[in-house]
Amino acid sequence: MSRTTTAPATATDARPAVAARVVGLRKFYGRGDAVVAALDGISIDFVAGEFTAVMGPSGSGKSTLMHCMAALDTASAGDVFLGDQRLAGLGDKQLTLLRRDKIGFVFQAYNLVPTLTAQENIELPLSIAGRKPDPEWFDTVIDTVGMRDRLRHRPNELSGGQQQRVACARALVSRPQIVFADEPTGNLDSASGAEVLGFLRRSVDDHDQTIVMVTHDPIAAGYTDRVVFLADGVVVDELREPTADAVLEKMKVLSAQAVAGTAAGA
Amino acid sequence: MRKVTWRNLVARKIRLALSAFAIVLGVAFVAGSFIFTDALGGAFNGIIKGTTADVEVAPKNAGDFASFGQDARTIPANVVDKLAALPGAADAQGTVEVQGVYVISEQDKLVGGNGPPGLAFDYDDTTAITGKRILTLQRGQLPRGDAQVALDEATAGKAGYQIGDEVTLVTPGKNPTMQAQLTGIVKFGSEGGLVGATLTIFDEQALQGMFFEGDDVYTSISLTTADGVSQQELTDAANKVLPKGVVAETGDAVAKKNEDAIGEALGFINKFLLIFAGVSMVVGTFLIINTFSILVAQRSRELALLRALGASRRQVNRAVLTEALVVGMLGSLLGIGVGYLLAIGLKALFGAIGLDLAGADLPIQPRTVVVSLVVGLLVTLLAAYLPARRASRIAPVAAMRDEVAMPESTVRRRLVIGSGLVFLGIASMVVGFIGEGGAGLSLTGAGMLGVLVGVSLMSPVVGRPVIVGLGALYRRAFGTVGVLAKENSLRNPRRTAATASALMIGLTLVALMSILGASAKKSTDQAIDESLTAELIVSNAIAQDFSPQIAEQIRSVDGVASVAQFRQAGPEVGGEQVYVGATDPTALASALKLPMDVGGLSALDDSAVLVSSNTAKSKGYEVGDQVAMKFPKMTEKLTVAGVYPSGGALFTDYLVTLDAMETGGYAPRDSLLYITKEPRVSESQVRAGIDAVLEGNPTVTLKNQKEFADEQKQQINQLLAIVYALLGLAVVIAVLGIVNTLALSVIERTREVGLLRAVGVTRRQLRRMVRLESVAIAVLGAVLGVILGVAFGIALQRALADQGIDVLSVPWVQLAIFVLVSALVGVLAAVLPAMRAAKLDVLRAITTE
Repeated sequence: MSRTTTAPATATDARPAVAARVVGLRKFYGRGDAVVAALDGISIDFVAGEFTAVMGPSGSGKSTLMHCMAALDTASAGDVFLGDQRLAGLGDKQLTLLRRDKIGFVFQAYNLVPTLTAQENIELPLSIAGRKPDPEWFDTVIDTVGMRDRLRHRPNELSGGQQQRVACARALVSRPQIVFADEPTGNLDSASGAEVLGFLRRSVDDHDQTIVMVTHDPIAAGYTDRVVFLADGVVVDELREPTADAVLEKMKVLSAQAVAGTAAGA
Repeated sequence: MRKVTWRNLVARKIRLALSAFAIVLGVAFVAGSFIFTDALGGAFNGIIKGTTADVEVAPKNAGDFASFGQDARTIPANVVDKLAALPGAADAQGTVEVQGVYVISEQDKLVGGNGPPGLAFDYDDTTAITGKRILTLQRGQLPRGDAQVALDEATAGKAGYQIGDEVTLVTPGKNPTMQAQLTGIVKFGSEGGLVGATLTIFDEQALQGMFFEGDDVYTSISLTTADGVSQQELTDAANKVLPKGVVAETGDAVAKKNEDAIGEALGFINKFLLIFAGVSMVVGTFLIINTFSILVAQRSRELALLRALGASRRQVNRAVLTEALVVGMLGSLLGIGVGYLLAIGLKALFGAIGLDLAGADLPIQPRTVVVSLVVGLLVTLLAAYLPARRASRIAPVAAMRDEVAMPESTVRRRLVIGSGLVFLGIASMVVGFIGEGGAGLSLTGAGMLGVLVGVSLMSPVVGRPVIVGLGALYRRAFGTVGVLAKENSLRNPRRTAATASALMIGLTLVALMSILGASAKKSTDQAIDESLTAELIVSNAIAQDFSPQIAEQIRSVDGVASVAQFRQAGPEVGGEQVYVGATDPTALASALKLPMDVGGLSALDDSAVLVSSNTAKSKGYEVGDQVAMKFPKMTEKLTVAGVYPSGGALFTDYLVTLDAMETGGYAPRDSLLYITKEPRVSESQVRAGIDAVLEGNPTVTLKNQKEFADEQKQQINQLLAIVYALLGLAVVIAVLGIVNTLALSVIERTREVGLLRAVGVTRRQLRRMVRLESVAIAVLGAVLGVILGVAFGIALQRALADQGIDVLSVPWVQLAIFVLVSALVGVLAAVLPAMRAAKLDVLRAITTE
């Protein structure tokens, strides 16, 4: 595949730049008769500066999709591009550096290194690369997440919501090309969850950050620009400018279809 | 789920195997020490039984003087005839035995030596109490006349001599070196070989001519009982006809006496080895405590669940202890096996320095097995007891919690107990220093152990500054990876400290030995520098006394002003053996600057004795006192004429004249010659002349002051090397402990490792992180160890100041190297755990529960 066809980020102004793209992505687990396809030929673009939610029932492949896109897992077939970088064929070292320099992460839990302070955790991806954060940007991020007075605290001295806010700051401070968030509010009460989703939203609106978030929660999905629904390893639907209610409605429809499909198949 | 369980099990197996390995090494040391000393004992007992006849006739108390100096007493030949005429005697054979006769190989090297004796005697066909002949001619002819000898098979083989060859011999008699033709090969009656001793068989008259001025005398007589006569009956009959000062003893009694004497000497070797085994066990204990603590901590949720489901504290406690029991049992059994291998190694090692045990069995006695098992099991159970007790204290509700904190004793309590132990330990050491002999040593050793354990308890606190200091260095050199490593080592201070403490113990002893060694060497230098005026010294390379003819010959070398002969022997004073030197006071005055405390060297005459200040102090001697010194032939009454300082150039406890020692019944054998040259000639000129005298005699060597000092320092170095090698095992166990702790920590932090990898920490950085943590632990142990070692070393040097180690020398560079090497060891210990951490699958690690 030639470079020009795979570099849509610099295409015409008419089309929005693509921050990440998957093409015909397949991922199999197991072998022989027991083989299971977690991803069954997904193709999807994630536009730069957009906040996208990936939703779907358990086993729909949404986590696998994110792991493959985030250079944490390798695909069985198909391609993943981050910007114009094709992931297939990269070694562990290159993938590691890619994660460090181009990707931000927010996990559901265990986001922080317990022995480091909040500030050290935030600076971690930069400091292991031997870089210093841009002080102005660092201040902006810290103020956005509102953690300035907690920078010297260790994770065990912070509440769950505060820990997730530190994790968001860490994901944003290196100005990654894309941030992947895996159920970032899954362990939080609704107020803390709303705070965290608020920053993610703001970082997209104010700083054109691209964010892909895997979630179960229609309310969380309501913060995004676009919701992609997965089932059985393929994209089954999508929603633009979603509201929580619209997402919930769509989920009901999809699960009804799934039940009908299973019944028809049986 | 089954996969996870299985993985856990395998992982735990490895962890348990690592702690079992500590037991294996410790027990192997214990078992190996016993097996080896049993082998030695067996070999020596074989020789003793194989050489003792039914009834042995010898000068009274001959055995008491055999260890030191050569007993010069003899038995007239006519006694043999008297004994042979006894109705109960089937046979009576006179033996002429001389020690210090060595064979020089074709390559001009001494055969045997350095410990095992060079025996010479005449051939006879006496039967030993074993029923076998003591000597059998295997090949060739028996020697006849002055210029023929027979050798034992092993000696001839090592020297490379065939029957008919000219053999070079070194003797302590009239001819310091001599040539003789090899006429035959003899076989020695015992099974276990000669343990490295060499055997030279001469014609009887030749021996008498060389060593007893041609008198028809024997050193002992062997009797064989007639049929139906008991050893005791013949002994009683013999004692009735023997002249005064000569006694007969039953063969069984003689063998028993000799075996006991050997047993005592071997007991010392055994104790020496067991001390190091003990050190290894103590270090191993730390490793086991740590492993079980971590295992229990990692399983705390599972244990809490058990408690929640209704398991009693006792059951949880017992579950952990059972695991320990299995580990201890397996480790001990394996340890006995490894101990056998270790004994083979020791056998080879001792063989290399001349103690040839090639023919000896390595017996595994029931006692060895019992002691090894008991020690191994006790140590494991003791070590596992604390973690097990803690495990049983986990609250059942912990099963419901996210993070389970182990109940831990407070740091304050540790500090109190630790400092108490340190205090008691120091007190015990002080009392030990004041005390005498074995009890004092034991107290000192126990005190040291107390201090070490005390400091180990306190080390989570006292070690913190070391880690923090190192952490600052890490941050500067390695940035975030360094910070992570530092924080990881501070994360569980008890674990880090316990791991480091194991290394600390090894390093303390290593540092202590290096200080004692350096101080001993410096003291030697200083003693030689300050008190030796003689330019040249002749001594024996294998610490065997040599013929006085050599002194005579050197006296006639051109340019030699004086030769001071120095001899040593072990007569008795007040029932115990003492260390006595003998010299010509006039000659010694020109060889040594001897600053006397009381009196003068010139006051020493044949009826006088000089004593060292230590001896004067312990025995309460004052000038003018009478000392009754029991020599082989007679007890001499000597008057104390002066006191010289202990630990100086004169190292014996007493000093008498050459004549006094010879009159007392010791054969004239020199152990050192101090040679003063005339000022008009150069050292090299005199050397050339003396070298000509010594040519062909590799046992006796000529040295100048510096070479003499170097030779003594060389001996100190050799001893140090042996001690370091023995301590090495403790260090190996400590390193295993680091590997274990790191591996367990990596498993514990799987999730965190996954996170680090996810946010972009490379494998290399991860490995470095583990490595730096390992180095921090190792350096902590080394620094604490060196600090304690320096403290102990200075204390011991002060305590030993009057034993000859009167100058303190702390080898700072060497100590710094120890710390650096420890850091390197830390790097090595981290190799596997770091690899394991780097290999963790990122996805699995971050999704792991």
